[in-house]
Amino acid sequence: MYAAVAAGGFRRYATYRAATVAGVFTNTVFGVILVYTYLALWDEKPHLGGYDQAQAVTYVWLGQCLYATLAIQGGGAEKDLMERIRTGEIAVDLYRPADLQLWWLAGDVGRALFQMLGRGVIPFAFGAVFFPMALPTSVTPWLAFTVTLLLATVVSFAIRYLVALSVFWLMDGMGVNQVLMVTGIFFSGMVLPLNAFPGMLGEVVRVLPWAAQIQMPADVLMGETDPLRAFAFQAAWAVALLAAGRLLQSAATRRVVVQGG
Amino acid sequence: MWIRSSMTYRTSFVVTVLGNLTVTGLDFVGILLMFSQVDSLGGWSLPEVAFLYGLSVTAFGIADLLLGSMDVLGARMRDGSFDTLLVRPAPVLAQVGADRFALRRLGRITQGAVVLCWALLSVDIDWSAAKVLLVPVMVISGAAIFSAVFVAGAAFQIFAQDAAEVQNAFTYGGTTLLQYPPSVFGKDLVRGVTFMVPLAFVNWVPAAYVLGRPYPIGLPSWAAFASPLVAVACCALAGAAWRTGLRSYRSTGS
Repeated sequence: MYAAVAAGGFRRYATYRAATVAGVFTNTVFGVILVYTYLALWDEKPHLGGYDQAQAVTYVWLGQCLYATLAIQGGGAEKDLMERIRTGEIAVDLYRPADLQLWWLAGDVGRALFQMLGRGVIPFAFGAVFFPMALPTSVTPWLAFTVTLLLATVVSFAIRYLVALSVFWLMDGMGVNQVLMVTGIFFSGMVLPLNAFPGMLGEVVRVLPWAAQIQMPADVLMGETDPLRAFAFQAAWAVALLAAGRLLQSAATRRVVVQGG
Repeated sequence: MWIRSSMTYRTSFVVTVLGNLTVTGLDFVGILLMFSQVDSLGGWSLPEVAFLYGLSVTAFGIADLLLGSMDVLGARMRDGSFDTLLVRPAPVLAQVGADRFALRRLGRITQGAVVLCWALLSVDIDWSAAKVLLVPVMVISGAAIFSAVFVAGAAFQIFAQDAAEVQNAFTYGGTTLLQYPPSVFGKDLVRGVTFMVPLAFVNWVPAAYVLGRPYPIGLPSWAAFASPLVAVACCALAGAAWRTGLRSYRSTGS
C-alpha cells in the first residue's frame, strides 16, 4: 500500500510539466550565480573547508540538484499535511487503516524521487558540462552516495513532519513555514558548505540534523568522509526525529479537537 | 483586507514577520560568513559589497512589496479565478498587486535599509553632491526596474501558466546576483544583465561611480546617471508586454 502512495506522490508532481521545466531553469540560474561567487571566494582562500575549487563547484550543483528533492526550503508533503490539519480534513486521514507518519513519508519519498529525476539531474548535468567538477569515476562512491540520498530524504521528511504537526496547536502554518525555510537554507549548507563555516559555529552546524541533507551526501560523493560514518550519522538522526514525530503525533491526536468545517 | 486577515493568527503573524526578516537577512549572513574567511571578494571589501547588497535588497524589497503577489497569477489562471479580476472595474495590475498583499514583506526593506545605512557609514567614499544625490535615485530607479521585471514576468505567466518559477530566476536570482561585485562574474553574464535584462543599472553601474570603481564592461562614465532612463524604458516595455498578455488571455472556462 505504501508503495502505491509513493507512486501517487511521484505521479502527482510529474503532472506539472511546465513547473518542472521552470524549476530546472531557476535552479540552473541560481547555480551559475553561486558558482561564480564560490570561485571568487576559493580564489581568495584556496582549500577553504578542505575543498579545492572543483569540489566547491560540485558542491554548488549538488545543492541545486537536491534543493527541490529534499524540499530544503519546505514545500513537500508537509505543505499538504499542514493544510489538512488547518481545514480539519486530517480527521479523515486518522480514520484510515494506515499509519499516519508512514503514509506521509511514502508520499514524500515519491515526490522526492520525481523532483530528483525531473528537476535535479538536469542542472547537475549542466554544471558537469560547463564547469570543472570533482566526480568519482568508480562505482562504489556513487552507490554510497545513493544510500546517503535515501537517508537524507528520510531525515528531511522527519524534520518537516515535526514542523507540520505544530499546526495542530498553532492553527496556521505561515510562521513555522518561515522557520522551516530559514533553518533549512542556513543549516543545510545552501548558503555556504557547512565545513567552510568558521569556528564554534561550524562545529555546531556540522552535528545538527540538517547536516545530513547536503553536506553528508556531498562529502560521501567526493570521498571527503568515510561512508559508514555518514550512514551512521544520518540514520541516528532519522530514527531520533521519526520517534519524536511519533510522540508528538500521539499527543496531538489525543488532546486536539479537530477543526470542523 | 489582506492585512487584517494576516493579523487573525497573531502568534503566527509575529513569527512570520521575524521569519521574513531572518530569511532575507540570511543572504547577508552568508556574505558575512564568506568575509569571516577572506578580506575581499573579487577585489571588493566588505563595506563595498554591503553597499551593493543594501541597494539591491532595498530596491527589490520595494518592488516586492508592491508587486510580489505576481507569482500567484499562474495559480489564479489555472483555477479560473483570474476572470473575476478582469470583470471588476479596477485596473487588473493593481488588483493583482493587492492580492494577498503581505505586510510581512516590510521585513526585507527594513533589512536592506539597515545594511545600506551601515555600508554608507563604513565605506570609504569621497562624498560629493552628485554622489549623495545618486543614492536615493538608485533606490527608486532600482525599485522601478525590479517592478518592470515583476510585470514582465506576470505577462509571461499568461502565456506559460504553470511557470511562476521562471520569474523567480529573474527576480530573486537578479537580486542575489546584484549582491556580489560584477568582477566576480563572467564577462558574458555581466553583458547579459547590462543589455538584455538591464539589472546592472540597479546598482552595479551607478555604484561604480559612487565607489570610484572601474565601470563594468567598460561602459562610458555618463552611464552611471542613466538608471532613471533605463527604469522608464523598462516600465514602458513591461507595460506593453502586460497589455499584450491581457489581450491574448483565454480563460480556462472552469
